[in-house]
Amino acid sequence: MTLQPHRSKLSGWGRFPVVDGLVLKSEDLPAATEGATLSRGLGRSYGDSSLPAGTDLPVADATLADRLLGFDPASGMLRAEAGASLFELNRVFLRRGWFVPVSPGTQFVTLGGMVASDVHGKNHHVDGCFGEHVRGLKLRVADGRIIECSDTAEQELFRATIGGMGLTGHILEVEFPMRPIPSPWIWSESQRVENLDLMAAGLKEAAREWPMTVGWIDCLARGAKLGRGILMKGRWAQPDEAPKKPPPLKGRLRVPFQFPGIALCKPNMKAFNLAYYWKHIQPCRRGIVHPDAFFYPLDALDDWNLIYGRRGFTQYQCVLPHADGNGPARRFLERFVSAGGMGFLCVIKDCGAEGKGMLSFPQPGISIAMDFPIHPTKTPALVDRLNELVIAEGGRIYLTKDTFTRPEHFRAMEPRLEAFNAVRRKWDPEVRIRSAQSVRLLGDSA
Amino acid sequence: MKAVLFGASKGMGRALARLMAARGDRLFLIGRVSEDLERSARDLEIRGAPAPVMTAFCDLLNPESFAPALDRAERELDGFNAVVVTAGMFATQEEMETDPQLAARVLAADFTGTVLFCEEARRRLLATGGGTLCVFSSVAGERGRKPVILYGAAKAGLSKYLEGLDHKFRARGLRTVCVKPGFVKTGMTAGLKPPPMAGQPEAVARRVLRAIDRGRPEVYAPAAWRGVMCIIRNLPRFVMRKIEF
Repeated sequence: MTLQPHRSKLSGWGRFPVVDGLVLKSEDLPAATEGATLSRGLGRSYGDSSLPAGTDLPVADATLADRLLGFDPASGMLRAEAGASLFELNRVFLRRGWFVPVSPGTQFVTLGGMVASDVHGKNHHVDGCFGEHVRGLKLRVADGRIIECSDTAEQELFRATIGGMGLTGHILEVEFPMRPIPSPWIWSESQRVENLDLMAAGLKEAAREWPMTVGWIDCLARGAKLGRGILMKGRWAQPDEAPKKPPPLKGRLRVPFQFPGIALCKPNMKAFNLAYYWKHIQPCRRGIVHPDAFFYPLDALDDWNLIYGRRGFTQYQCVLPHADGNGPARRFLERFVSAGGMGFLCVIKDCGAEGKGMLSFPQPGISIAMDFPIHPTKTPALVDRLNELVIAEGGRIYLTKDTFTRPEHFRAMEPRLEAFNAVRRKWDPEVRIRSAQSVRLLGDSA
Repeated sequence: MKAVLFGASKGMGRALARLMAARGDRLFLIGRVSEDLERSARDLEIRGAPAPVMTAFCDLLNPESFAPALDRAERELDGFNAVVVTAGMFATQEEMETDPQLAARVLAADFTGTVLFCEEARRRLLATGGGTLCVFSSVAGERGRKPVILYGAAKAGLSKYLEGLDHKFRARGLRTVCVKPGFVKTGMTAGLKPPPMAGQPEAVARRVLRAIDRGRPEVYAPAAWRGVMCIIRNLPRFVMRKIEF
């Protein structure tokens, strides 16, 4: 029997936009991708990256293709089908003393998605993006061929695929080394920080000693308190300081229904930010924490995107070069507040070197990410204003989070786009593989 | 446990095999596509099944493949004490109404093929003093229902066969477990609209494994389907003619 596509409502994690898509879903990913114009995983990119370019263009759902195909306990090298989730990998490998070299802030992502977004994590300042660690990929390219690519075979295709948002081909298999860890627990230290200068200095200083760092900031605080927040640092605990038992599987709560829009009015957002800040009542906390609580605090709440209600939400994430101390980050936050932005969660992180992925997001500098509910007119205007500033600062945005950027803004912040397009044209002259995002930003036909 | 798994490369079979692998059961996979079986074998080894997990060809539509596959499993595992059948075919009622050949294949695979395979399996289990024969039937076999007339008929026959096995051979050590899954979100049901009580393969697999360990003759999964089917079984005909369930 040939695989039949079915209709399904599709959206990213932000629940906007929503499209009535045609989905091919099977354990047999080579079969599912044969007639597909795009592949998607668990749909955790926020905007339109994982959505098909048109309602009749089939998209392959990779999530059932989740087998682990080979693991070498001596070197840690793992090969797996692209639909395998980080949640599964953690469940299988954490208690055995292995962890992925780079983990994003949720474990509900697939390996294929981790490559396509070239995800980064709390260890970016030392380990770079996930793509730096990928040894090989099996891809189905636009003409239907299945190709193995790596740094030694079809290097161009390999580097365009890392961070290439799934636009170079369907990722079928991923090979990368897992990393040995001394224990499955985290030793963490967190401190309350009163303003942006201290936060930036804290991140910089922590980066010298700690393999994992991140900051949360109260994005509604202004003036002298601008950029106040919590600075978190962590490392894998040594066996003698960790509990003897492996971390238990954590129960998760579920958001039972879509919240009404009023839940996200300004006073509520203020209250949340204030509570998050003052919950950290001691200036500094240290100790052993559960790896899930450290890496994936939001995963404890299933379907948390429903909190943003019917209109959905978006996340804005950009990276601003360091050249000018904390100036860029300060100007960014000031612009955000003055343009009427309000957000729940704002995450700040210092990035290390740029990766090998041709469109990979991070570059040396400071990355800022914030969530906000979508307003039909105000949100696009806010994103425009933020993008103008990012262009002026020489920064760029993260496509995985983007829903509203204009193509001219994207081109202005991406001098690397021409090289990426050239590789794409070479492998896909008719531009068969495309997404709603590539229609919006790269001018592909719908 | 030393188990032969028929149909473990997909869906609920895959989920169940992974739970068994994680607790260190010795596994032997049989199925139609050898490359697919090999990939699943590697997956199960990484998840904790003692290596090597071996495989053999077996096809529900080819009864001559049954005995060689089970012989091979017996040799490789040095005897087995459990056989799990999740293999099966599914097609919608409309597809089968318009394509009699497809209907013939589904009926042959889900009834004749499965029953003949179970005959081979239970002979071998009984010969070594018994063991567990766990077979995935379906709630579709509980009542003649409009959306699953043909598929349901095959599964109804299968359920009755398994019930008979349980009555006859339980005393001699054969523990028959008839699994009746309701709607479960797998590749098989990817195109269908899930009802409110749709289950996830892993949750179903956990329930089934518990039933295997306890030797329960019948298990509904997800559990809520037991109640639903109890109501459906007792609805009068004039209601069944009216509703589309």
